[in-house]
Amino acid sequence: MDLTGPAYKCSCPSRKFPCKHALGLLLLWAAEGLGEPAEAPDWASQWLAERAAKAARPAAGAAKPVDEEAARRRTERRAARVGAGVTELEQRLADLLRGGLAGQEQTGYAGWEETAARMVDAQAPGLAARVRELGTIPSCGPGWPARMLEEAALLHLLDRAWLGVSALPEPLAATVRSRVGIPGASGEGEAVRDHWLVLSQYDSVSADGRLTTRRIWLRGLGSGRPALVLDFGPPGRPPGLALPVGLVLEAEARFRPGSAGLRADLGERFAAATPCARAPAGVSTEAALEAYGAALREDPWLDSWPVVLGPVVPVPGELGWQLADAEGTSALPVALTGARSRSGLWQLAALSGGGPVTVFGECGHRGFTPLTAWQPETAEPVALV
Amino acid sequence: METLGGDWEELVGAALLGTERRQGSPEALLDAAAVQTVRRRAGLRPAEAGPRPEPAPRDPRPVPPEAARRRLAQLLAGRSAAAGGGGRRGGAPDLTELLPQWLAAAGRHGYRAPAALVPALLEAARARTDLRPQALALAGARGLWLARLNPDWRFALRGGPGGAGALPELTDAAGVERLWQEGLFAERVALLGAVRAQEPAGATRLLATTWATERAEDRLMFLDSLRVGLSEGDEPFLEAALGDRSRNVRATAAELLSALPGSALAGRMAERALACVGPEGVVPPAECDAGMLRDGVVKRPPAGRGERAWWLGQLVEAAPLSRWRERFGGLDPAEILARPTAEGWAEELHAAWCRAAVRQRDPEWSKALLGSAAAPPAAGPGTASIAERAKLLSVLPEGERAAWVAEFVRAHGLSEAFQLLGVCGVPWEGVLGRAVVDALDAARDAGSYPWSFSGVMGLAERCLDPAVAGALAEADADADADADAGAGAYWAEAFQRLSATLRLRATMLTELTPPP
Repeated sequence: MDLTGPAYKCSCPSRKFPCKHALGLLLLWAAEGLGEPAEAPDWASQWLAERAAKAARPAAGAAKPVDEEAARRRTERRAARVGAGVTELEQRLADLLRGGLAGQEQTGYAGWEETAARMVDAQAPGLAARVRELGTIPSCGPGWPARMLEEAALLHLLDRAWLGVSALPEPLAATVRSRVGIPGASGEGEAVRDHWLVLSQYDSVSADGRLTTRRIWLRGLGSGRPALVLDFGPPGRPPGLALPVGLVLEAEARFRPGSAGLRADLGERFAAATPCARAPAGVSTEAALEAYGAALREDPWLDSWPVVLGPVVPVPGELGWQLADAEGTSALPVALTGARSRSGLWQLAALSGGGPVTVFGECGHRGFTPLTAWQPETAEPVALV
Repeated sequence: METLGGDWEELVGAALLGTERRQGSPEALLDAAAVQTVRRRAGLRPAEAGPRPEPAPRDPRPVPPEAARRRLAQLLAGRSAAAGGGGRRGGAPDLTELLPQWLAAAGRHGYRAPAALVPALLEAARARTDLRPQALALAGARGLWLARLNPDWRFALRGGPGGAGALPELTDAAGVERLWQEGLFAERVALLGAVRAQEPAGATRLLATTWATERAEDRLMFLDSLRVGLSEGDEPFLEAALGDRSRNVRATAAELLSALPGSALAGRMAERALACVGPEGVVPPAECDAGMLRDGVVKRPPAGRGERAWWLGQLVEAAPLSRWRERFGGLDPAEILARPTAEGWAEELHAAWCRAAVRQRDPEWSKALLGSAAAPPAAGPGTASIAERAKLLSVLPEGERAAWVAEFVRAHGLSEAFQLLGVCGVPWEGVLGRAVVDALDAARDAGSYPWSFSGVMGLAERCLDPAVAGALAEADADADADADAGAGAYWAEAFQRLSATLRLRATMLTELTPPP
């Protein structure tokens, strides 16, 4: 459900918000609708007025005086630590290539875990995650040497980019910083006001189970621009931001610099969200790969690019599924991630019935991961993950 | 996806071996690999599409209204959640019992399943065989199309109702003939059923073409499938089957014939039975002759039964009940049953009449044999066995059935009523529903525990008319009042669950409005 509105309040002492009473009323509302709205009682209108007043007051208190000198020193100190980590990682990669990848199947994962821990110490969590990923490749089945060389080369590219970051143009430098794992400030960046269509929302849990990441893909109906909004939650609790697929919200999205201009934060919303009545326009498989290729120019570390494909036909196959252009002979392989996406794939097949559908997903070097499909007749979106 | 190949393979080879063994620096290798990797990714091209699946045939049926679609998704999701969770259910309604009802109601209205839910529906049908016919019918052509793609759902293709999509047009004589000659057993059974539904004589004709070459167990199964829609027209075929090589086939043929009161076999059996039983007394047959054997009488009694009584039972069971009135000088069934019978034969005779009443679906005799529902079971004229009573009840018209069971429940409570309730029509209306609720209430007052009645409770969740939810709410309030009195809390929970399920069922059925 959408947590920003409508508003609710309950006198019960529950620490969950909304409490079960509010949830129950909302469910009733969703299932049966409301009668004619009656005049709000005094206490309610008073509360509503206070709420409106609070919302109107901007976060004025947030602007604290900043000790710029101290901040600069902190940044420098961190840069030095990351630099040391990067140099060490370069050494490790050189050793890897000197000895050859062939031995990796025997050496196992432990060595890479240690390197990853060093990267965490060096305050470069982005590098740590890539190192862990690299360490798992030798156990991932046939074709691993090529994939390991790819990942090692991209890690090397990131290292070199960091060491020369001061000479890079700004959007690329921001990309390198965020890929290394230095958080950008969320406030800055370009603000785009548009009608944002929610294309997909899905959660993934980190390998150690300590963090749930929610990805929400948006697309500006006016600008055509894709946006990725992230939210995080501690274990066992879903992230706070929730936007059901198929809603359109008129809002301001603030894009963070770098990362091919995908990462955005939602700002002020101008109207209540409304459901979208039709499926977004799709592109061909060829255009999808071109879009991914073009995005790599801005962020060579990008694994995939959000694309609405359509009309395409899901094609089952012995070795894996494909999404084939309704006209012509081109197709994209479907990349599977886990068991849930397998059931999603069957849902996609059921929706298509062998006919053309519109599918949103992430298109990258591993293939296309379908996330949402639109019913051919009713244009109702169906989440596949 | 095809990629710009070039010297990438060479780089991978060098990386595998390591730069120590070949000339070159690791940094240079990584630099080159990075350039190649990004180039390869940026230059990805679509692959050649594989052979596309045949499009699924169009399903002309409408999709259920939106609220009902959401409900189905919930029911299907609840199924998997319940399977994973386990543990005590508490007061939450029981969704698994509601799914079959949703499917049945949607089937009645002629809806199809929303395409996005077809995989979940097939999964549910895979786990629960009882759901299969309805789930597959609802999934329709789209379901069969999907099942051909996924080996997990092969069961949907294996004949049976809804799975018989591969049947040829029945007007296509050659196609019918070919499937009958070459088809799998299940396909042939489905074909036989379809032909029989359209033209009963056609089915026996089809059977006769291959009868001599079928295996004995297949002959038995085919014969058994004639039970549905049995009619006078089947008599010649069944009469011929009385001479079959297999004893079981002979017995089944005889049983089917005896269910046709006008058949020659029924006439022969009546003659024999009437000679043994009459107003003057009971004289069981002295021997089992060749004619009796041919008419399906089994000669050897089971251990512990006298052979003459055994033969008598079989004769009476197969004789048309309508013949007794005349034999007993115009008495009706109740009066015949009320007559004192020769010592030692009453039980045997009544049991045989019960079997005859069920087999010939004779409501008048069934009612007489059931007797009064309020009387203590042992004093009845017919049978004390609950299982036999349930069978007799199934012969009565629905209204009488419900009234009889309601009276039984009022007189004897619920502990023995489970089987009887099972044969009542759904939903349990008026008097029956009320009687069940009252009996549950009485059981609570008597200090029993609700789990002693879990069978009836489960049945009630499925079958009670939602209109009695009001009465339940009262009982619920009572239960709340003395909740701390031991079993009271459990009863409160049980009643809550029951009425929540009923309310949910009512909403669910109102959501499923008939298509415009």
